[in-house]
Amino acid sequence: MPPAQLLRVSGLQKSYSVPVLSDFSFELLPGEVHALVGSNGAGKSTFARILSGLTHADAGQMEFAGQPYSPHSKRDAENAGVVMVMQELNVIGTLTVAENIFLNRLPRVAGFVRYGQLRKMAQEALARVGLDDLEPAIPARLLGVGQQQLVEIAGALAQNCRLLILDEPTAALTDPEIEKLFANIRRLQDGGVGIIYVSHRMDEIRRISNRVTVLRDGRRVATHPVAEVTPAGLVREMVGHDLPERKASGERGRGEVAMRVSGLRAGERVCDVTFEVRKGEILGLAGLIGSGRTETLRAIFGADRKERGDVFVGAGDRPALIRDPSDAVRAGIGMVPEDRKMDGLLLAQSIRVNTTLATLSRHVHGGGWLDFRAETQTTDALRQRLGVRCESAEQTVGELSGGNQQKVVIARWLARNCNVLLFDEPTRGIDVAAKDSIYQLLRDLAAEGKAVVMVSSELTELMALCDRILVMSNGRIVAEFLPGQWSQEKITHAAFSGYLDQATKPV
Amino acid sequence: MATSRKSTHLGEFAAMLLIWLGLWLLFSFFSHNFLSWRTLSGLANRIPTLMVVSAGMTLVLIIGAIDLSVGSVLGLAGAVLGVAVVNWHWPFWAAAWACMCVGLAAGILNGLISVQLGVPSFIVTLGMLEMSRGLAYLATHSQTEYIGAPVEGLSRPLSAVGCSPAFMIGAFVTGVCQLVLSRTLFGRYLVAIGTNEQAVRLAGINPRLPKIAVFALVGLLTGLGAVFYTSRLGASDPNAGAGLELSAIAAVVIGGTSLMGGRGSVVSSFFGVLIIATLEAGLAQVGASEPLKRVVTGAVIVLAVALDAWRRHLAGSKFTFLSRLFSSRFA
Repeated sequence: MPPAQLLRVSGLQKSYSVPVLSDFSFELLPGEVHALVGSNGAGKSTFARILSGLTHADAGQMEFAGQPYSPHSKRDAENAGVVMVMQELNVIGTLTVAENIFLNRLPRVAGFVRYGQLRKMAQEALARVGLDDLEPAIPARLLGVGQQQLVEIAGALAQNCRLLILDEPTAALTDPEIEKLFANIRRLQDGGVGIIYVSHRMDEIRRISNRVTVLRDGRRVATHPVAEVTPAGLVREMVGHDLPERKASGERGRGEVAMRVSGLRAGERVCDVTFEVRKGEILGLAGLIGSGRTETLRAIFGADRKERGDVFVGAGDRPALIRDPSDAVRAGIGMVPEDRKMDGLLLAQSIRVNTTLATLSRHVHGGGWLDFRAETQTTDALRQRLGVRCESAEQTVGELSGGNQQKVVIARWLARNCNVLLFDEPTRGIDVAAKDSIYQLLRDLAAEGKAVVMVSSELTELMALCDRILVMSNGRIVAEFLPGQWSQEKITHAAFSGYLDQATKPV
Repeated sequence: MATSRKSTHLGEFAAMLLIWLGLWLLFSFFSHNFLSWRTLSGLANRIPTLMVVSAGMTLVLIIGAIDLSVGSVLGLAGAVLGVAVVNWHWPFWAAAWACMCVGLAAGILNGLISVQLGVPSFIVTLGMLEMSRGLAYLATHSQTEYIGAPVEGLSRPLSAVGCSPAFMIGAFVTGVCQLVLSRTLFGRYLVAIGTNEQAVRLAGINPRLPKIAVFALVGLLTGLGAVFYTSRLGASDPNAGAGLELSAIAAVVIGGTSLMGGRGSVVSSFFGVLIIATLEAGLAQVGASEPLKRVVTGAVIVLAVALDAWRRHLAGSKFTFLSRLFSSRFA
């Protein structure tokens, strides 16, 4: 007699620098697909990580198949039958597809891998996700992102799994691939496997899941049978109130052109991008991950090579020659990169060193000596303006929280007084309070007459901040929305439009 | 605050000074003649070459690169000095300039290849190590060339101060390099590049020029080291500087500079040089054989770096008494 509940969670607590899960409770039946929704940072991923043994809860009870459950490692969770397919791809490119699927359980004799058996097992696993034709012995790096995702799912399905956690599994998949995935989910359901399905996509949730649980700020807001939910209702619960639609302001976005990009082409991800941004305007760049948003910013900034296209800064007719970020900075452009730890900060150095990095030549006196006092003054003024929480300007940046680190990167460009600021996912991995202060900062910058271009995957964020939203899809700008014209549905529809032709074409 | 930054630097130097004095005391205990003005003066005259090369090596390690070619480039530059004085009858000052130019050229070549072509500095300078040594043999026909009086003045202790002009130049170079590192734009860029080159580039600073400049600088200093070396020997020896790269790296690392880049100090490297040289002199004084000296020196290098790692680990944990005693942070 199987227990009525496959998974029962109550009173779950977890905090890092801020609480990310508080008094969270959750139930899952065998054979149920239970969707988890919530805005970024609501605690969905943390819950998934606790279940799969990647991190531990601070407090709370978990019961899995009638037994107390608290996995100490991913291995532990997998032995119990809890398997997660993560949002970030974990495929190791240099290993073969087969090796990736069975990485932690390669069939072997006396330490030697039995490749014949591995191949057979891999073929079976791949067939299950519809990749029958895929050669299991090719290196995984040769696969596209969608196929890599499917390989990971195949790996999860090949285990003896009783609870499967899928975190945004369709982000990189094409429509036919999604159909195959859904067929698999139904098959698992019939076998009594419980599935936790983390997604932002309302249509998928309505198609595939039985119940939906909404999270907000680490708490469970509500659980509904899927038949009773509407997208608008879910969004309201996720946000906590009706979305604050930006009102079309007469003043903002009417300034002169600050930067014009024309016919930009760079790599495979940026095919033909043309747009302009005005002084005092916040221009949003929406689109799916991989649609070329980040690459567009990087190409404008000179971080990656452009093949074609011009960037005009200011009102002039002559394109700015930007071959390297130093050229862009000289032209008055600043970029806050997506990955602040890798691309933005000197983590082991002080706030002062990080803040003055782009303006160091203005902090010298007496013919070339650095003026530490002037540096400290600049840094103190900016950290007060931005509300950076720290001990002093000499504190190491690596010790700060994500939000404060991001403010340090922004401070660097404020010190430089750039006219055009490119923000790539400025609030990724930042707690709610810090997000708000970054939003306010972006508004202030626009009010000062700066031109702001902002890439974000959070549509609510873009819709609340921007004076105009451009949607990128498959390397092109496919739509432009003004306040009042946009909706999540319209933007999402546009974001997919560039891929629709491709999905139907035989590869 | 500027004051706290200074005091942590001073703490670091004080710790190195203590270790050095400890070594002196240790050897004086075993050998009564050790603690004398003569030993100290002898030491000062032995180290100018290692001092200037270590100063340059510190900067190279700070950007997260390495220069393995310094020993051979020193041999080549010294060979050119010898040929210029003996065969071409150049005056010493002109030959010394030529010698430094050879070092500079080798450094620029290292820098250009490694930065412009993106070849790891380990490989580029390893190639340069072989090439320079070969060229040194070719230039001298594999013979040690006696030069004598014209070059020796630089290394003869001045009776008024007890140390040679070479040592004074070396000390001056060390001081200047430290100031450049900690107080100039160029120095800050080096530390920043060593910490995260990608972030430096995306902050609008082109990291190529400072990187090439560092290799050029270490080349130039190696050339200067070659002048000192030739002067002390009174001859140009194609084998000069064999293994110097390892001594220099050891001195720099004992001084607490990180091989990963982003952290280090030229003055601390100078103390590293003093510690290595004192160790060698002391071991010789107590009658240790050459092989035994190498065993002990090797062990001391590993021990010093292990201690340093342990100290940083304590500094990271932030609560023990020891960590307060030893902790310091570099700007």
